[in-house]
Amino acid sequence: MSAPAVVEIDDLTVAYRQHPVLWDIDLTVRAGALTAVVGPNGAGKTTLVKSIIGLVPVAAGRVRVLGRRYREVRREVAYVPQRGSVDWDFPTSVIDVVLMGSYGALGWIRRPGARERAAAVEALEKVGLEAFRDRQISQLSGGQQQRVFLARALIQNAQLYLMDEPFQGVDARTERAIVDVLKEIRTQGRTVVAVHHALQSVPEYFDDVVLLNVRKVASGGVEDVFTEENLRATYGGRVPFLQAVAGQGEP
Amino acid sequence: MTVADLEIQLLAVVVAVGCALPGVFLVLRRMALVSDAISHSILLGIVLGFFIAEDITSPLLVGAATATGVLTVALVELLHRTRRVKEDAAIALVFPALFSIAVILISRFAEDVHLDLDAVLLGEIAFAPFRRVQISGADLGPRSLWLMGALLAANLIVITVFFKELKLATFDAGLAHALGFSPALVHYGFMTLVSATAVGAFDAVGSILVVALMIAPPAAAYLLTNRLPRLLLLSGALGTLAALSGYWVARAADVSIAGSMASMSGVVFLAVLLFAPDRGIVAGMRSRARQKLAFASVMLTTHLLHHEGDPSAERESREAHLQEHFRWSGDFAPRVIWHAERQGLIVRDGGGLLRLTPLGREAARHQMTR
Repeated sequence: MSAPAVVEIDDLTVAYRQHPVLWDIDLTVRAGALTAVVGPNGAGKTTLVKSIIGLVPVAAGRVRVLGRRYREVRREVAYVPQRGSVDWDFPTSVIDVVLMGSYGALGWIRRPGARERAAAVEALEKVGLEAFRDRQISQLSGGQQQRVFLARALIQNAQLYLMDEPFQGVDARTERAIVDVLKEIRTQGRTVVAVHHALQSVPEYFDDVVLLNVRKVASGGVEDVFTEENLRATYGGRVPFLQAVAGQGEP
Repeated sequence: MTVADLEIQLLAVVVAVGCALPGVFLVLRRMALVSDAISHSILLGIVLGFFIAEDITSPLLVGAATATGVLTVALVELLHRTRRVKEDAAIALVFPALFSIAVILISRFAEDVHLDLDAVLLGEIAFAPFRRVQISGADLGPRSLWLMGALLAANLIVITVFFKELKLATFDAGLAHALGFSPALVHYGFMTLVSATAVGAFDAVGSILVVALMIAPPAAAYLLTNRLPRLLLLSGALGTLAALSGYWVARAADVSIAGSMASMSGVVFLAVLLFAPDRGIVAGMRSRARQKLAFASVMLTTHLLHHEGDPSAERESREAHLQEHFRWSGDFAPRVIWHAERQGLIVRDGGGLLRLTPLGREAARHQMTR
C-alpha cells in the first residue's frame, strides 16, 4: 500500500435534494491497481465515480486526482459510462465512437487525423473489433458496445480509467477481452476503478475493493477487506453469492 | 416566371435548408418539441422588438426574439429541475405563457404595430420581394433573403466548425463533460442558433410552420442513412424538395405558400416513411413476407425429409396434403412450393409428388441439427 494515491477523497458527501447519496466518504485509490467498487443498488457507486470527474455536484468534501483537481488532469483520466447511458441508434460508426476518445487531447474545433485514426484502429484490435470498424453502432451486440466504449477509453492513453459497470450484461468473450485489457493497463502501471456487480468475480479480477453503501464500509486489498463480515455490513445481510465468495474471502 | 417568383423560390429553399440543418441535431437530441416551444415564444420577442424597431428584419428585433427563444429553453429547464413537473409538461407550460402575452400585445396594439396575426402565424413569403434592401438607390434584393441567407451561413459555419463538439455532446453528454467540452455551453450555443433561425424563418413562413421545416426533413433523412454527415446533406436536400414542390403546389392551387411548403415536407416524410429502402414500412412488410416464405420452405423440407423413403411419402408429399398439415391457406401453399423450387430445395416429379433435392436435404438436416 506504499504506492502513491491516484484518487484521494476526503469527507465527500453528495446529496440529491437533502437526501444523501454518499455520506462522508474517505478513500484513497492506489496507483497500478485494479479497484472494484461494490455495493447494493442505490449504494452510490455510480455517483462515486461521477463525483471524481465532477459530473455530480458535491455537497461537501474534497476530491483529488493525481494530487490535483480533476479539471487540471482531464487528459490523464478516461471515463467509461454505463453502456445504457447513450443512444445506440445514433447515426455513426464504430470507429467514429472510438475516435471520440481523442477529442479531449485535440481540444475545441480541431478534428481527428491520421494519427488518431491509427490509434483508434489499434484500440479496436485490442478489444477484438477491428472487423467492425465501419459498422453502424446500432448493429452491435451489448458486449460489442461495451468493447467499443473500452476502445474509446484506451485511445485516451490515460493514467486513470474510471469504468461504470464494464461487465454489465456482456457475453463471456467480452468479459475475457475486458479482463485482458484491464490486466494490460495494470502491467503498464496505470490504474482502474470499476463499478462492479458480480461479487464472485471480485477476487479473480481485482486487487483492491471498495465496499460501499452510502457510507464506505471498507476499502483495501481484496484479501484483507473482502470478508463475509464486511459484505454483510455492506449488503445488510442479503448478500448475493455469499456462499460463493465466503471461502475465497478468507485468506 | 418573373424575378419575384425566382426570389420567392430562392428564399423558400434558403429557409428550408436553414431550418433542416439545426433540425437534424434537434431530432437527435430528442428536442423536436422544443423547436415548437421556441417558434411560439419568439413571437413575444418579435412583438417587443417591433415596438422599438418597427421593422421585422431589423437586427434589434432578431436579437430580442432570439433571446426570447433561449429564455424559453432556460425556463423549461428551470421548471423541469424543480422536479415538480415533467419535461413535456414544462414545455407546455412555458411557451403558451410567453406566446399568449404576445397575442394580447398584438391584439391590443394592432393598429400601432402593423403586425397582423395571420402574417405572424403563416408568414408572408409571397410579399418578401416587396421589402427590399436599398443602399444609395441600388437594389440589393429582398431583405428576408439577406436575413435568412445570413442565418443559413451561420448554421453552416457553426455546424462545420463545431461538428465534433455537437456530435459528442449529443451522443454522450457525460463524456463531453469529462473531456472538458461543457455540454451546457454547447447546448445553449446551439439553442441560440435554433432560436435565431426560427426568427429568420418566421418572417417567411410564420412562427408555427417553422417546426415542420425543422423536423420533417431530418426525420425523413434519418430513415435513409445512418451517418451524420449524410444525414445533414439529405435533410437539406429533402428540405429543398419540400420548399420547391410546396411553392409550385401553392401556385397551382392558389393557396398559402408557407402552408403548402409545410404540407409538402409532411408529404416528403410520409413518402420516405413508406418507401425508404431498408427502414421504410413497405420494405419492412416485404422483408417479413420473405422471411415467412423462407421459414415455410424450410419447414416444408424438414417435413419431406421426415417422410422420405417411407411409404407415407406417397400421401404426405403432395400439395393438397400440405395445406392440411401446415394449415396453410389455399394460396400460400403454392407460393411456398414455388419459392422452395426456385431456391432449388425441392422438385416436383411427374406424379405431382414433391421430392427433396440434395441441397434441400442438406438444408433440412442442417435445420434439424441446429
